[in-house]
Amino acid sequence: MNIPAELKYTKDHEWVSIDGDVATIGITDFAQSELGDIVYVEVETVDETLEAEEIFGTVEAVKTVSDLFLPLSGEIIEFNEALEDAPETVNSDPYGAGWMIKVKCSDLSQVEGLMSADDYKALIGA
Amino acid sequence: MKNTALTETHIALGAKMVPFAGYNMPVQYEGVNIEHETVRNAVGVFDVSHMGEFLIEGEHALALIQKVSTNDASKLTIGKAQYSCMPNDNGGIVDDLIIYKIKDEQYLLVVNASNIEKDWNWIQSKNDVGAEMRNLSDEYSLLAIQGPKAIEAMQSLTSHDLSAIKFYAFEIGNFAGIENVIISATGYTGSGGFEIYVKNDDAQQVWDKVFEAGADFGIKPIGLAARDTLRLEMGYCLYGNDIDDTTSPIEAGLGWITKFTKDFTNSEALKAQKENGVTRKLVAFELDERGIPRQGYDIVDAGGNKIGNVTSGTMSPTLGKGIGLGYVPTELSALDSKIHIQIRKNAIPATVVKLPFYKA
Repeated sequence: MNIPAELKYTKDHEWVSIDGDVATIGITDFAQSELGDIVYVEVETVDETLEAEEIFGTVEAVKTVSDLFLPLSGEIIEFNEALEDAPETVNSDPYGAGWMIKVKCSDLSQVEGLMSADDYKALIGA
Repeated sequence: MKNTALTETHIALGAKMVPFAGYNMPVQYEGVNIEHETVRNAVGVFDVSHMGEFLIEGEHALALIQKVSTNDASKLTIGKAQYSCMPNDNGGIVDDLIIYKIKDEQYLLVVNASNIEKDWNWIQSKNDVGAEMRNLSDEYSLLAIQGPKAIEAMQSLTSHDLSAIKFYAFEIGNFAGIENVIISATGYTGSGGFEIYVKNDDAQQVWDKVFEAGADFGIKPIGLAARDTLRLEMGYCLYGNDIDDTTSPIEAGLGWITKFTKDFTNSEALKAQKENGVTRKLVAFELDERGIPRQGYDIVDAGGNKIGNVTSGTMSPTLGKGIGLGYVPTELSALDSKIHIQIRKNAIPATVVKLPFYKA
């Protein structure tokens, strides 16, 4: 199971990469593997400002529909539109081309509440 | 939870196991899409041993079957099978099933796993004619070997000419070194192939030999998730989704297996439905835009008013778009009718289409 050391994680199996006040967010290798073939990623919250823990989108595998929870409060400034035509990228490259959204964070102190790679590894028992 | 004779084999193959109808079943091995494609283009094997098997025998066997089922089982000859359903007394469906005529005065009924006990009790309650009934569900395993290469891949395992067994016909004989195997040209995928009924003790040997024989044909094990996408692309009803205790066979588009040439449970009321028309019908639809319909989503009209519900839905692996089945008012059931599927905040436009979604 690939769990890059430089990323932050959530209990909802999302990863977060921070650059200045912009966070890039996706789902983990563990999450994509549990979901199986991903067939749809829906994000209709671009330009909206949401609180942490609010639902920002939906990821659908063949048999399941899962909500996506925002790890950090802020404005959703970008959706990876390449996923509209190629949602399977989330399976093949969850930490790279399979990223989902970019968020302009309103409270960077929330980053401290995210999990380290080691914590996440422990969470999933990897 | 019950295991099939092959549960350990699935786990060893790395299958993701889920509880289904009281059984520990493989939902996927390598991935749903690759498994779906394997059945569409080559050959795949499903362990569907959870299905129930009842043997109905004796001089009153046919009378009982005619009474509980909608199709006309008197038309069956030895070696032929028939898709049918069992209506309840209130306009709904107890189960759908396949009826095999094994020999004179002996029939095999194959029912859904989730309904084994309900069906058994139901048929027994209607058995005032004195037919003999045996529940073989725990003794028999069922492998579905499906796909366009199934005949070629399996021919080396039997002396029966597989290409000569017509759709919904079967032969009983040798297969994979076992005698008295039912080799049935039936399935739930729309890609051809066989369903093989064997005793539990023989299941592992048959499974192993099937994979040996199929190796050069790209054979793979297939899970229940792909079974669902494959059947839905054909528009085959799934009991518990598209049909249940509250849907009538006429509403569900099963008029073709509902024969009023004989009397059966609730046949008077169903005949009246057929003559007078029904107020809702099960239709097949494709989404006009991106999205995936799911069981339980509302079907709405252009004004956003609920007019029905989705009973099955998925992203079609073959078509690459959202497809589904659902009940709508009869006036919106004609081909090309425009409906909308409420997916979270959006009412996504959809069009009523002809089945099957998948055309080989």
